Amino acid sequence: MNPVNYLYLAALLFTIGATGVLIRRNAIVVFMCVELMLNACNLAFVAFSRMHGNLDGQIIAFFTMVVAAAEVVVGLAIIVSLFRSRHSASVDDASLMKL
Amino acid sequence: MENLIALLVAAPLLGAAVLLCGGRRLDRYGHLLGTVLAAASFVIGAVLFFDMLGRGAEERALYQTLFAWVPVEGFQANIAFQLDQLSMTFVLLISGVGTLIHVYSIGYMEHDERRRRFFGYLNLFLAAMLLLVLADNYLLLYFGWEGVGLASYLLIGFWQHKPSAATAAKKAFLVNRVGDIGLSIAIMLMFTTFGTFTFGPVFQELDGAGEGTLNAIALMLLLAACGKSAQVPLQSWLGDAMEGPTPVSALIHAATMVTAGVYLITRSGAIFNAAPDAQLVVVVVGAVTLLFGAIVGCAKDDIKKALAGSTMSQIGYMVLAAGLGPIGYVFAIMHLVTHGFFKAGLFLGAGSVMHAMNDEVDMRKYGGLRKYMPVTFVTFGLGYLAIIGFPGLSGFWSKDKIIEAAFAKGGAEGWILGAVTLLGAGITAYYMTRVMLMTFFGEKRWQPAPAADAATDVEPSADHHPGELPHPHESPKSMTVPMIVLAFGSVFAGALFSFNSSFVHWLEPVTRFEHGHPPVGAAVITTATVVVLLIGAGIAYAQYGRKPVPVTAPRGSLLTRAARRDLLQDDFNHVVLVRGGEHLTRSLVYLDHSLVDGVVNGTAASVGGLSGRLRKLQNGFARSYALSMFGGTAVLIAATLLMRGV
Amino acid sequence: MSFPLLTATAALPALGAVLTAAVPAARHTAAKWLALVFSLATLGLAALVAVRFDPGGARYQLTESHAWIADFGVRYELGVDGIGVALIALTALLIPFVILAGWHDADPDQQSNRRWRPTQGFFALILAVEAMVILSFEATDVFLFYILFEAMLIPMYFLIGGFGDRAHSGSDENAAAQRSYAAVKFLLYNLVGGLIMLAAVIGLYVVAGNFSLTEIAEARAAGDLTMATNTERWLFLGFFFAFAVKAPLWPLHTWLPNAMGEATAPVAVLITAVVDKVGTFAMLRFCLQLFPEASKWATPVIVVLALVSIIYGALLAVGQRDIKRLVAYASISHFGFIILGIFAMTSQGQSGATLYMVNHGISTAVLMLVAGFLITRRGSRLIADYGGVQKVAPILAGTFLIGGLATLSLPGLAPFVSEFLVLVGTFARYPAAGIVATVGIVLAALYVLVLYQRTMTGPVKPEVRSLPDLKARELAVVAPLIALLVLLGVFPKPLTEIVDPAVRHTMSDVQQQDPRPEVEAAK
Repeated sequence: MNPVNYLYLAALLFTIGATGVLIRRNAIVVFMCVELMLNACNLAFVAFSRMHGNLDGQIIAFFTMVVAAAEVVVGLAIIVSLFRSRHSASVDDASLMKL
Repeated sequence: MENLIALLVAAPLLGAAVLLCGGRRLDRYGHLLGTVLAAASFVIGAVLFFDMLGRGAEERALYQTLFAWVPVEGFQANIAFQLDQLSMTFVLLISGVGTLIHVYSIGYMEHDERRRRFFGYLNLFLAAMLLLVLADNYLLLYFGWEGVGLASYLLIGFWQHKPSAATAAKKAFLVNRVGDIGLSIAIMLMFTTFGTFTFGPVFQELDGAGEGTLNAIALMLLLAACGKSAQVPLQSWLGDAMEGPTPVSALIHAATMVTAGVYLITRSGAIFNAAPDAQLVVVVVGAVTLLFGAIVGCAKDDIKKALAGSTMSQIGYMVLAAGLGPIGYVFAIMHLVTHGFFKAGLFLGAGSVMHAMNDEVDMRKYGGLRKYMPVTFVTFGLGYLAIIGFPGLSGFWSKDKIIEAAFAKGGAEGWILGAVTLLGAGITAYYMTRVMLMTFFGEKRWQPAPAADAATDVEPSADHHPGELPHPHESPKSMTVPMIVLAFGSVFAGALFSFNSSFVHWLEPVTRFEHGHPPVGAAVITTATVVVLLIGAGIAYAQYGRKPVPVTAPRGSLLTRAARRDLLQDDFNHVVLVRGGEHLTRSLVYLDHSLVDGVVNGTAASVGGLSGRLRKLQNGFARSYALSMFGGTAVLIAATLLMRGV
Repeated sequence: MSFPLLTATAALPALGAVLTAAVPAARHTAAKWLALVFSLATLGLAALVAVRFDPGGARYQLTESHAWIADFGVRYELGVDGIGVALIALTALLIPFVILAGWHDADPDQQSNRRWRPTQGFFALILAVEAMVILSFEATDVFLFYILFEAMLIPMYFLIGGFGDRAHSGSDENAAAQRSYAAVKFLLYNLVGGLIMLAAVIGLYVVAGNFSLTEIAEARAAGDLTMATNTERWLFLGFFFAFAVKAPLWPLHTWLPNAMGEATAPVAVLITAVVDKVGTFAMLRFCLQLFPEASKWATPVIVVLALVSIIYGALLAVGQRDIKRLVAYASISHFGFIILGIFAMTSQGQSGATLYMVNHGISTAVLMLVAGFLITRRGSRLIADYGGVQKVAPILAGTFLIGGLATLSLPGLAPFVSEFLVLVGTFARYPAAGIVATVGIVLAALYVLVLYQRTMTGPVKPEVRSLPDLKARELAVVAPLIALLVLLGVFPKPLTEIVDPAVRHTMSDVQQQDPRPEVEAAK
């Protein structure tokens, strides 16, 4: 199968993620959309790796996964503490950048 | 021998330093220390004088270089002295009269709690004045020039608690500073023209400079001289300077400091000789001041201010003579020396009278004092005869020569100048006779002393009893002795100088000398002078001797009223300079705040406004940030692609 | 390797600042003594620098050079010429007096139990300023200089904003508001200047490839490094703008009166006598050496601005009602003279300007510190609140008068020598400018004497009747400075000897020669 198709898929996933980040208020959903975008990038990296015949892209993908995992930890912690104090997970409620 | 020169300056300088830094523990004998050091300076001067007499006329000058003062690339100023006949004359006059006035001040300032400081300032003045006349270059001369200005400032304002004294002191300093601009620029011009401002080299290089430059230098020097010597148009400070203690008026504002301008012109004679246009201006300034001072002197009722007007007028004579060139320099200096004697004597006499009359200065409240103060009367009287040029006394010899030299200028100028000097002699006789009659003759017009004012409670008078009539008495020995010595000078100095033309021969190597040839005989001029002075004295006698003098001044003619106000010069200054200056500074202060600061603050405010608008973007909504981020990225990518495409 | 004397001279006050700041809260007197000891030790080192400096030797001496940020060619490069030595000596000399004069300015308030330690902070900040100023006089690397030029704003900001003059006519809140206005104004003006300079510094790097003053200057002199005319002019303007703000030159001067008025007198001395000198020093060292052609190109405008500063500053000083603001405007006038001397491009003018920096530092210190003593006693800065002080406190009045006379450049006191040299140097090249500047000496007499007359003479005002005269500590501050004024006024040779060779180098940098006297030129 032509690897370019994977790139199209990655672009599609990225667009879905970006749209979600922009239009959804719920922090959890925004968060999942961010993950979606990250994974879209991963897909693109792997596809490029295949196209160029070296492993650089795959290595970067692993890095991204590690960073994403760390981000999940911090992000979820923030969302949980936000939810505890406000009983809502809307990102717009936190516009003052403080609890 | 030349190593002694520095000591001339060092002795009074040491006195000033010790007295001013020494504190109260020197109060008891500080005045003696000051007097001894002034006398030391005179003794050193005398030693050097006799040493100088022992040498031939052309080898008399001595030089001493102490150290390099301002050594900078291309610019060399030394602390170096030059003692020639001209400087010697001044050294003896300054330290001699200075010492006498120190002695006089011991008595005069006896009851002033700040007497030590007064002597410190007097010593400072002597040091600066000696530096002025001993300097071998113009920059060092400038040092002394400003130094005497400082001493004059401190001494005029000695009774600082009186606002009038403080104002007078400030005025004197400021007007002198205007003159100092002239000296500064003259030095700069010399530097750019000759590359030096040391007397000798400058005078040797004169040929290489254009006449325009020389005229400019000479005019700038004249400006300086006008400031220091109270010549029109910078004369306005001298009358106010009489706020200082009387010994100060005698020493600084009559005998020595105010004559520094004449010294400057004479010292720079070589430059003036090469700048005839400037010389003409000098003569005009001298002639105008001569009449100006004399007219002012006629109208003043304050004895010291009348004498101040007279000082101005007499210095006008000297400046006029100096402006005449080699015909006049010698006589300018000769008149300067004799004037130093008789004017100092007159001021000391005036101080003695004031001392006796509860510090009253209004001559209309004197009268009939000759019986009560015989020594003062006689010495003052001799000074009076000398200043009006009574034949045989000092003033006669020197003034007569100046009148002759004025006529000898030749042509219409000669006649005009001669007439002015003759007229001046007549007016001098008039106002001095007036002073004499109002003070020592006629009825007693004494007034009770005014109630002591809280602000003026430290006047130097011994017995100041408010509400009582004064008890005139002769002054103590320390005051009368200097007056007697000066009276001797007033009587005999002129004759001594003129005997065998000794003074002319003495100064000739420095200033050069040419015999003038007046269009009429010398005898005619002398006779005319005597006639004119008799007329002047006669008018004064008719007005003030035969009729009683009213205690309150009559309104007087327009001229009299103008003359009482120094011919409106102060009013002019006030309206144009003081008021105008105030408006200028006030509007500038306003502009600085509103315009200069405003423009900068306005810029800051507009930056602030921009940031206020930008701040609205920072609303805290994470999704709008995300949108701008995506938008920005999209724009960047699009831009990159477009650039590639191109 | 020899002992790094220059680093030590700057490091010692820095160390002092750290130690002073670390003194426990209760021991505030110990902090003062510590600061004083360190400042005196720095003075000792500065004296050593002056002794080790050989006027006849190389242009930059006691040099040190270490790699710092190798990728950008930034080096830690130090070296002093005669001008630097003179200014380091001035700085090291004034700081002990500043500390001594401000002995009680930051005493902790008895009532308010604050957690911060004002005394320690005050003296530590002063020492920090000293360290940075000294290092900036030593830096021969443009980037290093830039860092210091900006960094010294931080302690100055806190000194102005945190320790204001307690004698204030308004309420406490009002005073605090004015103070922070002054501090922010000071910071903003200088930051803007600094930013523009940063752009120029980067531009210089792009053109020259490194930051070393000596290397760039040598390359320029040898013709290895040429700049397009416009590039050079823009870079020059970037540098000059920053220095003109700091100096300050009209019309960028308005921060100075605010800052000097609101700060305590010792801090005001620190601003005008020490920190501002970095600006004029940098004009002489960086503008003229790096951009000789552009300097010559800009000279006419700068001379005019300097003249405006002289006259304008003096006129505004006459119109002031506040003693400290009056001194501030007088300083603006004097900075005009310094800048005039630098850009007159004659040996006399530049030597005079350098001496002027030193002399103005000392004379303003005397005038300002005595004014500070007076203001502390009476609790007011307004001239109208005084009168007849000389009768009550003659020594205070006497020292004030001497400070004033120095400010109006009376011969016999140090500023006369420098002012006259500047005037002569200017006159030799631009006669009209010289004459206009000479008018400044009359105006100087006016503002000084009016100030003296209104405060010190006349009838004694009831409020000043019980003012004490100078105390021993205060006399110890003023007397040595006055002695120095007299010494440098009569015998400035030690100073001119070390300054002269540096000026000769600068003159050859800008390829200028003194105009020859008319008589010689004619031959």
